[in-house]
Amino acid sequence: MSDSDTVGRPGAPGLAGGPRGGAAPDTAPEAPITPTPQGSDGDPAKPTKVITRPGDKIFKTLTVGSGVFVVVMIALIGIFLLIQAIPSLADNNANFLFSRDWNADPANLAFGVLDLLLVTIFSSVFALIIAMPVSLGIALFLTQYAPRRLARPFAYLVDLLAAVPSIIYGLWGAYVLAPALSPISKWLNEYLGFIPLFASGSSNLVIGQTIFTAGIVLAVMLLPIITAITREVFDRTPPMQVEGALALGATKWEVIRTTVLPFGRAGYISASMLGLGRALGETIAVLIILSSTTKHFSFSLFDGGDTIASKIARAAQEFNDPRGAGAYIAAGLVLFVLTFVVNAFARSIISGHKEYE
Amino acid sequence: MAKRIDVKDLNLFYGKFHAVDQVSLAVPPRNVTAFIGPSGCGKSTVLRSLNRMHEVIPGARAEGKVLLDGEDIYASTVDPVSVRRTIGMVFQRPNPFPTMSIRDNVVAGLKLAGLRDRKKLDEVAERALRGANLWAEVKDRLNRPGGGLSGGQQQRLCIARAIAVQPDVLLMDEPCSALDPISTLAIEDLIQELKKDFTIVIVTHNMQQAARVSDQTAFFNLAGVGQPGRLIELDDTEKIFSNPTQKATEDYISGRFG
Repeated sequence: MSDSDTVGRPGAPGLAGGPRGGAAPDTAPEAPITPTPQGSDGDPAKPTKVITRPGDKIFKTLTVGSGVFVVVMIALIGIFLLIQAIPSLADNNANFLFSRDWNADPANLAFGVLDLLLVTIFSSVFALIIAMPVSLGIALFLTQYAPRRLARPFAYLVDLLAAVPSIIYGLWGAYVLAPALSPISKWLNEYLGFIPLFASGSSNLVIGQTIFTAGIVLAVMLLPIITAITREVFDRTPPMQVEGALALGATKWEVIRTTVLPFGRAGYISASMLGLGRALGETIAVLIILSSTTKHFSFSLFDGGDTIASKIARAAQEFNDPRGAGAYIAAGLVLFVLTFVVNAFARSIISGHKEYE
Repeated sequence: MAKRIDVKDLNLFYGKFHAVDQVSLAVPPRNVTAFIGPSGCGKSTVLRSLNRMHEVIPGARAEGKVLLDGEDIYASTVDPVSVRRTIGMVFQRPNPFPTMSIRDNVVAGLKLAGLRDRKKLDEVAERALRGANLWAEVKDRLNRPGGGLSGGQQQRLCIARAIAVQPDVLLMDEPCSALDPISTLAIEDLIQELKKDFTIVIVTHNMQQAARVSDQTAFFNLAGVGQPGRLIELDDTEKIFSNPTQKATEDYISGRFG
């Protein structure tokens, strides 16, 4: 607090640290307290015994055990998927990765995952494209613009979105949102139908069991995930940075642009990737909303179809033959790998950004 | 540029807490004024009120007048953003923008003001870096992140950033407290250079530093914890450190304080 004050006495510059230096000889020299290994060189073959207390041992075992448990679980799931999938893949009469037809009849296996994979990625990316800017807006509003009294309950409300069971989202999407969206779908289809994205697809626009509807519902489900993490990151913008920008004459928006956004960028992107992982694996809401179809996916938002997860769920009651089930499990393996890749990508973004922190 | 500051009956508050009571002082142009005093005496608060940075803390407010060449920066028609563009500030800890390159850090203020001309920006960046005695050290790595510099270099980068916009006044809030003695010396030398062009107000805990760099010194003190800080004495630095009028000042600078 005021240690530098006494030092700063004019005309006595040499006084600094004087009393402290004088105190040193009174204390015992350090050597006897911590003998170095070379000091006791009577038996060089025998390493110095490290004393460990039982509490440390137990705690270490517990934590290492928990860590190992997670790794083993993931490995076991992967191995399970592989073992179950391999016999079916061996009997598959179609190219698993490139065929667009799905026939899991145990007598004549001919299944390809391509269409399912495309619908999965397409719907999830569409959801992400909607959810990312909205989440960014919510996070900025909560951390930068909302009055403090409002920010807390509002953040709580957004978090509540994550607590809504996905079956509820599915019901809402299929019975409320889908018909409500039909005028918009029709308009897009009529005026922008020349773009493949809005071309007529395999699903009826009036009923609205389309990827368009499913994507919007998925986007709502992603909002709380992306917003929660982004909000945390934005909240941790160093106040020093904010003051630096303010002192340069930055307006509110410029402060956000020069400090909050660059600082929170990595967190925001990884939050979005986590959201993407969630969307890729979302099952029940998609299952309820999307209409099943035998047509191929045509890269239109107004297609029906199935994602990998919803396809598996749709067929799950009829798993009575290991060969047929194996086909679905092979598809599950693809989803497993896909979410792994997305998460690894998110991690690499975070670690690539560390130099700035 | 290099305008004078007159503070009149300034009272500063954090919410209900009265932090600074009735401060009036004058800072002539092209002159270094040092604020000294014990922690909590309000010297940093007064400094931050000079470019309206005080009010960015929630609940903080100011009463009274701060005249910049006769114009009240607290007048209701004045935009605090434009005040901060003409009164630059350097903080206790170096705070370059970590995601920006060295060059972009220096010209950040100009970019905020709307200047986009690359050539002009490069010119200003070089001039400001030369002004901050940093040019020779960074001229080969202007596109590297500013966070990669040493603490002292970062602080000079922040000074370059502050002077790049050609402010009327430069405020420094303990600019050397996070730096080693060599970097401190570099900054102190720089202050002597900058004095030719700018009006400088510096808050420091190091009284030797105040004695070395400033032309006039203001001593702030507070009666006790929870009491507002007051300006005790403002005079030529030489007089403050050799023959102060007030007993409290003498006690403080001779280390007999508290």
